Amino acid sequence: MEPFQVVSGPAAPLMLANVDTDVIVRIERLTNEPREALTRFAFEALRFRPDGSEDPGCVLNRPPFRGAPLLLADANFGCGSSREGAVWALQAIGVRCVIAPSFGDIFFSNCFQNGVLPIRLPVEQVRVLATLAADGALFTVDLLQNVVLAADGSRWPFEVEPLRRVSLLEGLDDIGLTLKHAGAIDEWESADLAARPWNWPMKTAGL
Amino acid sequence: MISSTLFDKVWDRHVVADLGGGWALIHIDRHLLHDLSGPPALAEVAARGLAVRHPELAFATPDHAVSSLPKRSGRTNAAGAPLWQALKDRSRSAGVRFFDVGERGQGIVHVMGPELGIVLPGTTVVCGDSHTCTNGGLGALAFGIGSSESTHVLATQTLRQQKPARMRVRFDGSLAAGVTPKDLALHLLATVGASAGVGHAIEYAGATVRALDVEGRLTLCNLSIELGAKVGMVAPDDTTFEYISGRMSAPSRELFDRAVADWRTLATDADARFDREVAVDAAAIAPTITWGTSPDQGVAIDGRIPDPADAPDAATRLAWKQALDYMGLQPGRPIAGTPVDWVFIGSCANSRLTDLRDAARVARGRKIAAGVTAWVVPGSEQVKRDAEAEGLDAVFRAAGFEWRAPGCSMCVAANGERVPAGARSVSTSNRNFVGRQGPGARTHLASPAMAVAAAVAGAIADVRRLEVA
Repeated sequence: MEPFQVVSGPAAPLMLANVDTDVIVRIERLTNEPREALTRFAFEALRFRPDGSEDPGCVLNRPPFRGAPLLLADANFGCGSSREGAVWALQAIGVRCVIAPSFGDIFFSNCFQNGVLPIRLPVEQVRVLATLAADGALFTVDLLQNVVLAADGSRWPFEVEPLRRVSLLEGLDDIGLTLKHAGAIDEWESADLAARPWNWPMKTAGL
Repeated sequence: MISSTLFDKVWDRHVVADLGGGWALIHIDRHLLHDLSGPPALAEVAARGLAVRHPELAFATPDHAVSSLPKRSGRTNAAGAPLWQALKDRSRSAGVRFFDVGERGQGIVHVMGPELGIVLPGTTVVCGDSHTCTNGGLGALAFGIGSSESTHVLATQTLRQQKPARMRVRFDGSLAAGVTPKDLALHLLATVGASAGVGHAIEYAGATVRALDVEGRLTLCNLSIELGAKVGMVAPDDTTFEYISGRMSAPSRELFDRAVADWRTLATDADARFDREVAVDAAAIAPTITWGTSPDQGVAIDGRIPDPADAPDAATRLAWKQALDYMGLQPGRPIAGTPVDWVFIGSCANSRLTDLRDAARVARGRKIAAGVTAWVVPGSEQVKRDAEAEGLDAVFRAAGFEWRAPGCSMCVAANGERVPAGARSVSTSNRNFVGRQGPGARTHLASPAMAVAAAVAGAIADVRRLEVA
């Protein structure tokens, strides 16, 4: 996983609430297209008109925000489907960090699995950031310091779960970390088999 | 003893290691795999040179990208065929039980899991699908995960999770005629909003929930993720135990009795505390249908399409306006009477036998309106066979519905089955997102009975009037 430490650039203000993962990327694009092609298909319902042409009114198509590494959104960003491809689609258009008042829980977890940082800030703060971002001003997201720095010198501290922060900073892999607990997993399973054998009846041949 | 909630009891007994800060390594008892999320996760485990730790705890079936055309083959939806084949091949090489098309067990994963007795009370259940919360209707702690987490479960049979806050939704009162578990969920969404459950595990409680059959509880839990909650649960009771008894993977005889004794201890203690409580008067709920592009944008069937001018704030006004534009609706008009082109009865929300009985009861002896295309897609091969044994397929066919083969079909349009752009659909699924049923498709979410009423009227209609007539 690509580590996340400090990322700088413009922030695209996509100030809509309840942006669902179907809108971030349609399911058919994940089944029918290679991952590299997602650059064209991220947010396609917002970025493109029904005839396939780019909608110049969409903030993601305006020059300062094309390829912007930061995205600002309203509440419940990434709600809906669990598709991890929603994070891959964001990465395909260059997004490394999303700042919103709240996120869909599954999307939030999927971000950390892929080196994308989701930051929760109060809605009033996100709206101020969206105003500051409107002309393409540069921001720096510093995960070492847990702060967003705006071009006007203002500082916006944020919190990230310590376990997740370390994994992001170092690009650690969850499976590798968990396999260190192999002994504890063995013990738990032996105890559970004794206490609740009905949870363990299934053998492939037996069904 | 400290009093505890259903969620806490199931969570606590699955903690393998405390990781600190509210995080734990929890054991996963059941892993459902489908044709979209299953193959990449299985491939990744193999690519890392790891083994699937407990193949006997994983169960695979193709549902998302398979055609629902009767007598389908891989060629019917060519784009989905490699996924179907990959799930079959990778499941077999890993030793994971695979239920193929045409076989009992094939179907939407969240229909298959409960009906085969794979999902049991007090188990932890995951799947690379957000509607895994459906399985909480049996008292399981079930939630959707991404493909990286799915790989993690295959390799370790555990997940690193942060314990969510707890929320209880109590429904009390008897349901009025024409009101179903789907209406409870849509009404709740319209009342508390699509982010009310973010960061929470929800328990549904109260006399109304106790009176629901298991399939109704599965429907109610299905829409938890639409509230933002990964987890929705109902405490297991005699209704649950009766449902589970005799199912394929359920314990039998003495072991079943021991299991039931354990499952009875899972119910939330009388004085347990929740982080958030919501109470709903279920008797006051009318059949409910969505008008917008978020599942919380719903109204009672005798209500009106909202006017952005009445929105509480600027952000909501913009959201309502965009939704009305996409949906092609005029504010202030009654929702009933809106012309409909498509009707879809199916999905993990409403494709079980009781759903199809409900729909057939309204469809019996009636005809769908000219110009409406109406599909019934049973949730599983078992549901299909059971419905056919009762003659429900004949009722639907006589009314002008197409009787299709099991899968997710037009809920998510991952198999190429789409509502055309600009067409209006009444759907028993769970998401009315922009483009969900196909680019430009306009989706109204409702119960199976309401979907039939719309098909018959050729417009959004109040099923209560139809049943009286």
